[in-house]
Amino acid sequence: MERGTRLRRVTRGEFLRLAGAGALAGSTLSVLAACTANTTQQQGGGGGGGDEKVLNFYNWSEYVAEGTIPGFEEEFGVKVTQDFYNSNEELLAKLQAGGSGYDVIVPSDYMVSAMISEDILLRLDRARIPNFENLSEDFRGLPYDPNTAYSITYQWGTTGILYNTEAVDEEVTGLDALWDERYRGRIGMLDDVREAFGASLKRLGYSLNSKDAAELDEAQAQLEEQKPLLRGYFASPEATDLVIGGDLVLTQAFSGEALTAVGENDNLAYVIPAEGATRWTDCLAIPKSAPHQEMAYRFLNYILDPEVGAELSNYTYYGTPNKAALPMIDEEARDDPAIYPPPEVAENLEVIEDLGEATRDYERRFTEVKSA
Amino acid sequence: MRGARKGWSLGLAGLLAPAALWLGLFFVAPLLIILVYSFGTSGVYGGITLGFNPGNYLNVFDPLYLEIIGRTFVIAATNTLICLLLGYPLAYFIALKGGRWRNVLILLVVVPFWTSFLIRAYAWVVILNGNGLANKALQFLGVTDQPLTLIFTPQAVTMGMAYAYLPFMILPLYAALEKFDVSLKEASQDLGASRWQTFWRVTFPLSTPGVVAGSILVFIPSAGEFVIPDLLGGSRSLMVGNLVQQQFLQARDWAFGSALAMLLAVLLVGAITFYVRRVGAEKLEEA
Repeated sequence: MERGTRLRRVTRGEFLRLAGAGALAGSTLSVLAACTANTTQQQGGGGGGGDEKVLNFYNWSEYVAEGTIPGFEEEFGVKVTQDFYNSNEELLAKLQAGGSGYDVIVPSDYMVSAMISEDILLRLDRARIPNFENLSEDFRGLPYDPNTAYSITYQWGTTGILYNTEAVDEEVTGLDALWDERYRGRIGMLDDVREAFGASLKRLGYSLNSKDAAELDEAQAQLEEQKPLLRGYFASPEATDLVIGGDLVLTQAFSGEALTAVGENDNLAYVIPAEGATRWTDCLAIPKSAPHQEMAYRFLNYILDPEVGAELSNYTYYGTPNKAALPMIDEEARDDPAIYPPPEVAENLEVIEDLGEATRDYERRFTEVKSA
Repeated sequence: MRGARKGWSLGLAGLLAPAALWLGLFFVAPLLIILVYSFGTSGVYGGITLGFNPGNYLNVFDPLYLEIIGRTFVIAATNTLICLLLGYPLAYFIALKGGRWRNVLILLVVVPFWTSFLIRAYAWVVILNGNGLANKALQFLGVTDQPLTLIFTPQAVTMGMAYAYLPFMILPLYAALEKFDVSLKEASQDLGASRWQTFWRVTFPLSTPGVVAGSILVFIPSAGEFVIPDLLGGSRSLMVGNLVQQQFLQARDWAFGSALAMLLAVLLVGAITFYVRRVGAEKLEEA
């Protein structure tokens, strides 16, 4: 619904694509088994005071490879408990309430900067993360954490256009398609203020983090003009389903869900718009309140291991920020420009920054668009 | 005497205590928290600084928000009317013509409550979408060859709202009509009144308590609805419930969200009071 509730997860379909479409029932079961295996409920009260053989990991659901957690448990003889959340706001609220007991969390880009401002995150000691050198330069010094002092990118993806190649005659390359009269009533946008305004600002050639009133006025007018063409504003998984089902012929969507759908349906395609788009990142971070800091550092270092990182991204089908892992990424994914865009596309990608005070201005403008 | 009365009131207090505690903890306390929050100042990243800041209430009187509130009330009133028009004949039939099937029929009205509303709303999405049951059936029957646009329309929202709240209208109407003494109807007709006159001058006035209760039970949650416009309307337009939710979860403006929620509560209480007084007054005139 909002940017925060974006579901970053491996769907059954994505798993199938990786496992080969052979054994449908079998693989569904193994996904379920993997979930239960990783979902040992957190034991009450921050986990046996000072006992370093425990790690409490608070993550988006289905966002680790099958071997990630067991591998870590085996290597360090530790018990990992994993809990799940559905939105960045849920994560923030839990940590603001204090004493959550979590050692490692996975906030998205803009939430990292919000959490830094709220003084929730631990300043990372690089010396304790030797594998930090594996982190690609592209994922260092990003605007939400300029010195890469608090967060390490976990996975990344883009926001682009998913479309039905049978219903849309020409090849979609840019954002104009989302404003195309010919597809009236069959276009979807994300129900997310930043993504909707982001697309509109990019179409006008502006930054998607613009705080300029004139630019925002233009972007707002453009969204109001687009509204009659829209079937509605949807969450990304929902929008993807609607394109598969035929209610929509094209929609804004997150790369994860969209690429899953493309893998399952020959008549779908996903494109990163030429004008530019959002590149979002989910980051590993350690809350100041983490009871098992030593283990948390080891976990961050473990995820940055080339093999672990490759296994993770080969499973999730998102992009890896780990340059040492890249050679081990499945060729099919590595050569897919929709996952790893070529430089000329990549240079137009922009990271969503927290807007601070301007958040409410955006929110009000989106309300105006919806009331138009 | 005195002791006896004291003992009785102690017993009553004991019986009331659990409910009072429950309401105090889960109704009064949260309401007070929202009241206090509504005068606070929101932090940029959520959270709130308490104080006296009436600005949140002034913001509510922005034409943009007033329009959304107005539209919400129109939607809620329309839904109440639709539920009444659909529910009255059904309740009348079950109560007066249902015979030995009465209990089974009323059970059928309640059956949907056994499934979570969210799941039932998603079921409508599955039924109404392009590849859904409704479109498949229409295509099979030759009504259309292209899938029709059934979902994510204002009509879908209207239908979803009526579907969701119809039982809340039927049950109190049934309770009122069940007690209706059929001999009054016979008497009216014996005295020369037509069926129409009998209905409007005897049956309907006697069922007004059910109409009032049903309307209130439908109107209040309809005005606070935010799931249906999202799921069945494609989030194309906002109701005040969506607006409140947005303030808390996206704009991180808890203070303004609280002010909106308080205003909604006050407006609802006002509307209900007005309604009960009016209908109550008419009822007095009839009697």
